[in-house]
Amino acid sequence: MEKYILLRHRDVPEIDQLDVYKANDGLVAFEKVVKSMQPADVTLEVKNSGLRGRGGAGFPTGIKWGFLPNNSWPHYVVANADESEPGTFKDREIMESNPFQFLEGLMIASYAVQANQAYVYLRGEFWQLAAFLDEKIKDLEVAGYLGEKILGTDYSLKINTHLGAGAYICGEETALLESLEGKLGQPRLRPPFPAAVGLYGKPTLINNVETLTNLPLIIQKGADWYRSFGTEQSPGVKIFSLSGCVNKPGNYELPLGVTYQELIFEHGGGIVNDNKIKAVMSAGASSDVVVADDFCLQTPLAYETCLDRIKAPLGSASIIVLDETVDMAWLVSKTVNFFKHESCGKCTPCREGTFWMDSLTKHMMANESRSEDIDLLRSVALQVQGKCLCALGEFSTMAVVTAVDRFRADFETHVRS
Amino acid sequence: MADMVTLKIDQQIVTVPAGTLIVNAARKAGINIPVFCYHPKMEPVGMCRMCLVEVGYPQRDRVTGELVKNEDGTTKISFAPKLETGCTTPVVEGMEVRTTTEKSNEGRKAILEFILTSHPLDCPICDKGGECALQDLTMLHGPGKSRFIYDDKKLFAKHVPLGEMILLDRERCIQCGLCVRFQHEVVDDPVLHFYQRGRSLEIRTYSEPGFDSIFSGNTTDICPVGALTTVDFHFAARPWEMERDPSICAHCAVGCNLIYNIRREAKSGGKTVIKRAMPRQNEFVNELWLCDKGRLGYHYVAAAERLTQPLLRKDEKLVPVSWEEAYQRVEDKLRAEQVRLVTLAGGRLTNEDLFNFHQLNQSQNGKAVLYSQMAGGDLTAQIGLGKGSNFSDMGKGTAILVVASDLHEEAPLWWLRVKQAAQRGAILIVANARPTRLDKFANHVLRYEYGQEAATINALLDGKGKDEFTQAAKAFSEAENGLVIYGSDGLGLNGSEQLVKACAKLLVERGYYGKPNNGLLAVWDKPNIQGAWDMGFHPDRNLKGTLREADVAMIAAADPAGDNPILAQALEETDFVIVFEMFMTETAKMADVVFPVQAQIEREGTYTSGERRVQRFDIVLPHIEGPKSDYQIAAQLGRLMGLSTEDRSPVLVMNKINEKVKGYQEITYSRLAERAEQWPLISRADSYYAGTGYENEYGVGIQISSSADRGEELSLGTLILVEPQEEVATGIKVVPVTALYDRGQLIQPSQILAKRLTPQVLLMHPVLSKKYQLQDGDQIKVKVAGNEIVSGVKLDADVPQDVALVARSNGFPISSPVFVQIQRLVPEPEA
Amino acid sequence: MNKLYNKYEKEILGILARYPAEGKRSAVMPLLFLAQRETGYVPTEALSNIAEITGISETDVASIMGFYTLFHAEPAGRYRIQICTDLPCALRGSESYLEQICEKLGVKEGETTADGLFTVEAVKCLAACHRAPMFQLQGDGEIKYYEDQNVEITMQIVEEIRHKVAAEQEA
Ligand SMILES: Cc1cc2nc3c(=O)[nH]c(=O)nc-3n(C[C@H](O)[C@H](O)[C@H](O)COP(=O)(O)O)c2cc1C
Ligand code: SF4
Ligand code: FES
Repeated sequence: MEKYILLRHRDVPEIDQLDVYKANDGLVAFEKVVKSMQPADVTLEVKNSGLRGRGGAGFPTGIKWGFLPNNSWPHYVVANADESEPGTFKDREIMESNPFQFLEGLMIASYAVQANQAYVYLRGEFWQLAAFLDEKIKDLEVAGYLGEKILGTDYSLKINTHLGAGAYICGEETALLESLEGKLGQPRLRPPFPAAVGLYGKPTLINNVETLTNLPLIIQKGADWYRSFGTEQSPGVKIFSLSGCVNKPGNYELPLGVTYQELIFEHGGGIVNDNKIKAVMSAGASSDVVVADDFCLQTPLAYETCLDRIKAPLGSASIIVLDETVDMAWLVSKTVNFFKHESCGKCTPCREGTFWMDSLTKHMMANESRSEDIDLLRSVALQVQGKCLCALGEFSTMAVVTAVDRFRADFETHVRS
Repeated sequence: MADMVTLKIDQQIVTVPAGTLIVNAARKAGINIPVFCYHPKMEPVGMCRMCLVEVGYPQRDRVTGELVKNEDGTTKISFAPKLETGCTTPVVEGMEVRTTTEKSNEGRKAILEFILTSHPLDCPICDKGGECALQDLTMLHGPGKSRFIYDDKKLFAKHVPLGEMILLDRERCIQCGLCVRFQHEVVDDPVLHFYQRGRSLEIRTYSEPGFDSIFSGNTTDICPVGALTTVDFHFAARPWEMERDPSICAHCAVGCNLIYNIRREAKSGGKTVIKRAMPRQNEFVNELWLCDKGRLGYHYVAAAERLTQPLLRKDEKLVPVSWEEAYQRVEDKLRAEQVRLVTLAGGRLTNEDLFNFHQLNQSQNGKAVLYSQMAGGDLTAQIGLGKGSNFSDMGKGTAILVVASDLHEEAPLWWLRVKQAAQRGAILIVANARPTRLDKFANHVLRYEYGQEAATINALLDGKGKDEFTQAAKAFSEAENGLVIYGSDGLGLNGSEQLVKACAKLLVERGYYGKPNNGLLAVWDKPNIQGAWDMGFHPDRNLKGTLREADVAMIAAADPAGDNPILAQALEETDFVIVFEMFMTETAKMADVVFPVQAQIEREGTYTSGERRVQRFDIVLPHIEGPKSDYQIAAQLGRLMGLSTEDRSPVLVMNKINEKVKGYQEITYSRLAERAEQWPLISRADSYYAGTGYENEYGVGIQISSSADRGEELSLGTLILVEPQEEVATGIKVVPVTALYDRGQLIQPSQILAKRLTPQVLLMHPVLSKKYQLQDGDQIKVKVAGNEIVSGVKLDADVPQDVALVARSNGFPISSPVFVQIQRLVPEPEA
Repeated sequence: MNKLYNKYEKEILGILARYPAEGKRSAVMPLLFLAQRETGYVPTEALSNIAEITGISETDVASIMGFYTLFHAEPAGRYRIQICTDLPCALRGSESYLEQICEKLGVKEGETTADGLFTVEAVKCLAACHRAPMFQLQGDGEIKYYEDQNVEITMQIVEEIRHKVAAEQEA
């Protein structure tokens, strides 16, 4: 029995070769859609599967596809392969090891919205990976799966990779579009949403790499099959990128709904040096810091349960584990410094707020702060909230507020009275 | 008409067109929502977040879609949990906006505090201090004390030049992006952009010269802080120390409205001086903008070389004399029996000057000649742009044909407004012998050879010719409204006459005249050429002969001798020359009597713009000791000749004009001072919404009607084209074009523009230069009309292959196409 | 057309072919990578070359260069050792790893070794958090990942590169 739906390379060696991929049901789904399915039916199947976007927001994928208007052409599809959230490294593994399944997913999505041009936007650091994908795209072209009149149908599709050049914000979909258009990677005002006005002003579908990689098997095996994994509101499987103070960091593909406990202790091999677990973050640096008590550890990792139980969104499911040795003030200084570095500068609260928080935590780390500065830090974070142009600014405050509230003692050790 | 919606802002009920942004709806209701990154002339971006307000929407039942009611029967409003940006949110029916609640105040305070964490506290040495949006808002909403550690503020070298005209202070920049967007979106000079990101974002330019844009000064108005300031005004004065005087720009036919800020100061020896020029809002003319020539080109008034005393030729020398003596001399001359008088007037004169000169001239049966190389003022008076025309109203349904004009150089504001009309959907057809900056926005670009201007328009009329012509002709004829803008690119008076006739014919045949946004528009090269035509002056095809045959020539605001050696020779033969001038021009040097005149800035008067808007300007500076206004001198001379010419005030002259001159019946000074409702509502009193330009308290002027508007019978004359004569000549054909920054009298004294002046060269195509074995940068000797001039050579692959181009008023004495002989100068070996 | 274009004509045409005609400026980032391939930074001249090819202003090209961290306006070492010290990596010792590498190479973070070969930089997350400490090597127009590092392994890599460069120079 094969264990994996997404990380199939762990079951099938050399699945990154087209012949091996094809020998293992590869491209069956794509052939099926282009030859025998109406675009709307493809969308319906995906809608029925309940697949939710794996880029972080968890928006239902099929519904998003339905937003592209049919009175404005051409349509574009963009695969979001920017993967820059600290603690996230799943898309990379998919593309490096199971590239055809990802590309097939992208092709299915493109067919569903009748796009003839798709782009894979990769973070610039994935330079080698882009070259690798270019080869795989070539292979598909040579084999007749990409190009003009694919497999004798009327459908044509071109895929191109496009490299970013070092900017976390370009993972945000509208900043990504700007960047792809050759502009500064700064988010656009929304509405209009990319589905209506996207790349080059045309309707554009943007999906995360992992989201897309689910598609071939959903089409091949059906929505009901997919729903047999995961929870009612979060069907299917998810790759959890596990990092931090665990013995076996890495990617774990598991059904949604697996608990923190299972992920960290059964799969991840427990905490390093048998230390005590202190806290977890579920969406990389953009997370609340959640006290890893029993209640938390029993929380199923699914979009709805994380929100309901621990009030912390699952996000990209990049679980950073923090043990008792971790100083939360230091942790906040790291996350805040990340966001300061990555703030695009377009809107005031994010640009100035991240700088201010960074400067406060820097002083704290140098033990130059006073007790009021802890409250000041928290108040600056709150002052940023709810005022930014895109979510990055909001993200920058999550760890700050929760860490100060929940681990104030850690901060106190850095201040003079 | 757009659908109207009604909403509530604070306690006020406001009705505005659907889709209006919250900030604009509030502004209309007199409520100021503070903004930094929003400008009503640009698309909203919502990035500074200063305009955060509470927004509530009428609640609807999810199932029935019905509005949910409160117990008291009013509609239930549900407020969004977060504050929203008023600059990006369009209003909808039933919306409620709260701008003064605790929550919105908190948002405003928060954003201000954030901005101030980076902003220096250097208001006392900031040129913007006193008219700074950030300063004002800080006073209103800012925290009294900083929670931020001062050491963490930004530290940069201050006042970094972005080119010679604009200074950047990176510490002060609040990264609103207005300047960047203005340069990209409004004026299409994308020479400013952010560099780096986050709090390190800084404005940079990589153009050569730096900040290469003729609209750069506007960024200093719209910059909400003192990050961008002009070198011209740097450390010059504080806003509150200056007075404001309204005026009209005298540099081109657009007639931009401006304000001169003046003050009396010790460092200028107790004199009152102009410290800067600022735009004055006139949405019919220049909206909120000025080009840099208008903004920076006022320094000529203060030039030391100004003439201050009447001069009389005695023993071959011009010597200062009293006004009486000078008047006497002229009177004697004019009273001599049967003098053949010629009055040659330039387009810098006011309507009042021209009227009085014309009266004087007529009394002696003189010839009233307009010093201009363009024809057609009689036609524009008849079928010119219809009364009520406004570029801002043009868009879909209007076809604009621009022919023989490089509008960007000749009339920058018209370029901008035509571009924007095209962007709003107007059909734009650009016909020229060479590419211009307008081509990019045109639906149809038509190329012809210099000399084929009129033929091109006729081809459009026939709809025949090359493919683009047929398409353009069709597009032009199918519009609801049509106008033709003609200039003088490569044309002399003869060519201009042919061209304007063809344009008139096209308009008449298509019925595009006598109504708003239709008709003919001339890109005159001086501010008041239209007024001169209206007052009875016409250009003369045989100016040389006319001058030569004259016994007495009165020459005002014109320097024929300086412009053209042939005219200088002709003047030698004129018996008696009277010159009205500010400076000792070549013509003045040849005169028998020279009257020193006041600059436009020192006096009152009116100009009639190309769009035939009569606009009034006031005395800005007390005139320097000595000179008088042209109209006064003309009136004095008239009185000596027994006329009742008016010398007391231009107001009274205008009262005569409106009795006598067609079209001017409705013009009085008081009517010219009438204001009009304008959008955006800008004001310095309650905010710096839309920048530091001034609101128009002085009147927007009156666009006069054309004969066609009035339903009068037209006398357009024969519009038949005379085939241009083949010129038989050898050498290179040189055609004159207009450059924005030429070496005219009014521009050169503005030192700040020195580097931007158009190079003194013959511009030629590499193919042509090869024929003469010339290279870029070579020096040549040019023989023109018996004179020899040294000039440079510049290569440009965009100009036609068979002619060389030269800028007018730039040291090369041609005003119409001529053939010249050239010879390469071999550089002297260095010693 | 210009120096950059003439040098890489085929490649540039390939880049332009990826985007629709109205999206020509999309080529600006690929072209910036191209422009810094040889020297490791974008020479000023290349800005105007790229501007000409993409039809945008030089200022706009420079602005793009300034926004993204993988483009460099200034020369530095031929190879940039970019060590991730972001949170997950730091939890696994990357900060002290960085310090030790700096010490071994005799530089401070941000500085370049005396031979001009290596610049050590601390960077943000590179999507390799489970294989920390790690670094990426930017140089010779390439970016390569080196994961599961320790000081010994990294210094071996450094030595190999030094040898390779020395051999190159001899040849
Ligand atoms: C600051 C920021 C960074 C983001 N980074 C990524 C990213 O690296 N990869 C990604 O797929 N989505 C990222 N997203 C989410 C995208 O905006 C978008 O929601 C996603 O690509 C949609 O795809 P999905 O529906 O398949 O999840 C980011 C969002 C924000 C606000
Ligand atoms: S220079 Fe002025 S207008 Fe430009 S971004 Fe800075 S604050 Fe805004
Ligand atoms: S934190 Fe270092 S690779 Fe992610």
